Amino acid sequence: MALEELLQQHSVWRGGAPAASGKPVVPSGFASLDAELPGGGWPSSALTEILAAREGMGELQVVLPALARLTAEGKRIAWLAPPHIPYAPALAAAGIRLEFLTVVRAPGRRDALWAAEQVLRAGTCHALLAWLSRVRYIDLRRLAVAAESSPGFTVLFRPPAAAGEASPAVLRLSLEGRDGHLEAKILKRRGVPLAPALTLSVRRPVHAVGGTSLSPVAVAGARARACAA
Amino acid sequence: MRSQALARGHAPPEAEREALAAAATWLAQFTPRVTLEPPEALAAEVQGSLRLFGGLGGLKARLKRGLAELGFGASIAFASTARAALWRAAGGGAALDALPIEVTRAGDDALALLHGLGIRTVGELARLPRDGIALRFGRALLDDLDRALGRIPEPRAYFVPPARFAARLELPAPVSEAEGVLFAARRLLAQFEGFLAARQAGVRGFTLAMEHERASPTRIEVNLSLPSRQASHFLALLREKLQRMPLAAPAEAIGLEADALEPLPGASAALFRDARSAGEDWMRLVERLAARLGNGAVHGLAVHSEHRPERAWRSIEPGASPTQIEVREPRPLWLLETPRRLAEGEFALLAGPERIESGWWDGEDARRDYYIARGGDGSLAWIYRAADGWYQHGIFS
Repeated sequence: MALEELLQQHSVWRGGAPAASGKPVVPSGFASLDAELPGGGWPSSALTEILAAREGMGELQVVLPALARLTAEGKRIAWLAPPHIPYAPALAAAGIRLEFLTVVRAPGRRDALWAAEQVLRAGTCHALLAWLSRVRYIDLRRLAVAAESSPGFTVLFRPPAAAGEASPAVLRLSLEGRDGHLEAKILKRRGVPLAPALTLSVRRPVHAVGGTSLSPVAVAGARARACAA
Repeated sequence: MRSQALARGHAPPEAEREALAAAATWLAQFTPRVTLEPPEALAAEVQGSLRLFGGLGGLKARLKRGLAELGFGASIAFASTARAALWRAAGGGAALDALPIEVTRAGDDALALLHGLGIRTVGELARLPRDGIALRFGRALLDDLDRALGRIPEPRAYFVPPARFAARLELPAPVSEAEGVLFAARRLLAQFEGFLAARQAGVRGFTLAMEHERASPTRIEVNLSLPSRQASHFLALLREKLQRMPLAAPAEAIGLEADALEPLPGASAALFRDARSAGEDWMRLVERLAARLGNGAVHGLAVHSEHRPERAWRSIEPGASPTQIEVREPRPLWLLETPRRLAEGEFALLAGPERIESGWWDGEDARRDYYIARGGDGSLAWIYRAADGWYQHGIFS
């Protein structure tokens, strides 16, 4: 058997290359990110954590291409306990087919955990995005087990402070905004742990980097160069 | 078929009739030809249903199991006429010839006379000269015998199941635990499933009422997104509801009600379970979530043709197809539930204004200039200026 064949079968673990689990992945739509993700995309049937430094950096943009692709194929996705109203006009503009998106509101921690488990175990959702606050390790364990019976990928959005806590997630990503771009660091993945920080060109509503002070006069100068976000 | 549980005669006549109707309602799922044989028996013509339900043996086992779930112990017998089947059931299932003559329910005088003649079984009775039977024991007994033997027809009025379902169950002791209520509800739900199957129907909802000694009844509404008639599914939804609701007072009785039946074909749901679409599994998930979190908590999203941003989206039934509306202007992924008042200097404006003026016709007019702005930490926000100042309305996440 040729070396190439062996490597392609994933039966040989190569030091330095992200180890694939053999399960299908969902391409993220960002080539530089896919290159660092084991298997080349978001892991299915497993937990992924995204720790965003703050809101408004384009942190949701990281998952949108994958969601748009899944819904285009007629696969169902769910958003659980979002912190604000997921705004339909923006989602539609990002290419998400809304008829395949379901929002589940669960204000309480226990309800949200229960709902996440139900969605995962039902095995009918191809992507679950969940915003869980104050989640404990034991809860994450339960979700990780439940995620194994789900065909899709599961992303938990957690506060940046969670980076210091242990987690059963197979993939952990931290996001930071830098000069209008989004910088992604892989904190944990299957195979080799470390990867350089990646700069992702996510879609932003404006290209202008320079801002002005909050005055109506200044606004006329900062003419809108807008694109759909 | 004779129900022994009812034959014991503890129940008042009213309750007896209700129980018989409940059993008949359930039985009607196997055949539309069910007749009430008060006080404690039911007859059903099953010839046409035998193949579907696995022959005599299969049907008998199903009937026994189902009636037991409803709380009836039953003696079940088959014969080629309804009268003979009723007699056989009353006689514990023996062959017609060997049945004791008491099963004919002839009067006491006639029975005493028959015993005097040494006639103990239906077979012996049938061998007596016909004229003699009519003369000595009455025409009625001869007619009944002829009906049993199929010599003369016996037209029967078939039982018509009610159009809406309502059943009630007195609990043997007050129940203060959700599990106890659920256990009792199983019985009503089994009856409900039979009722629905008989009508080839399903429901999108039902109500469970719990009666208390001093307080007014607690009513629990269970809603479904797809019509169903599966008792196990109903029970799962009910469990979610009940577990989240402490009982106000112990339940003395429970009742189950449903109307608005919808056609739901398919005699046997189990036959099609393998082929059930993923879409249906998904709807079941939605129901389970809604049962616990509330109906508004699980929804889809739609773009709505409205200028005011807070009205440019709609929460719709999960799985409903929204109308497609093209969105050209930049819009944030998060919209704030309530716009947040901003202090001057919190944001730097990057793009705008986009004037939105609308709503004068419904009294909620909005005159706002929207901007894309950057906060001190580099995050992008959607903000607007109204007559009374600046507000943040969205986040470009």
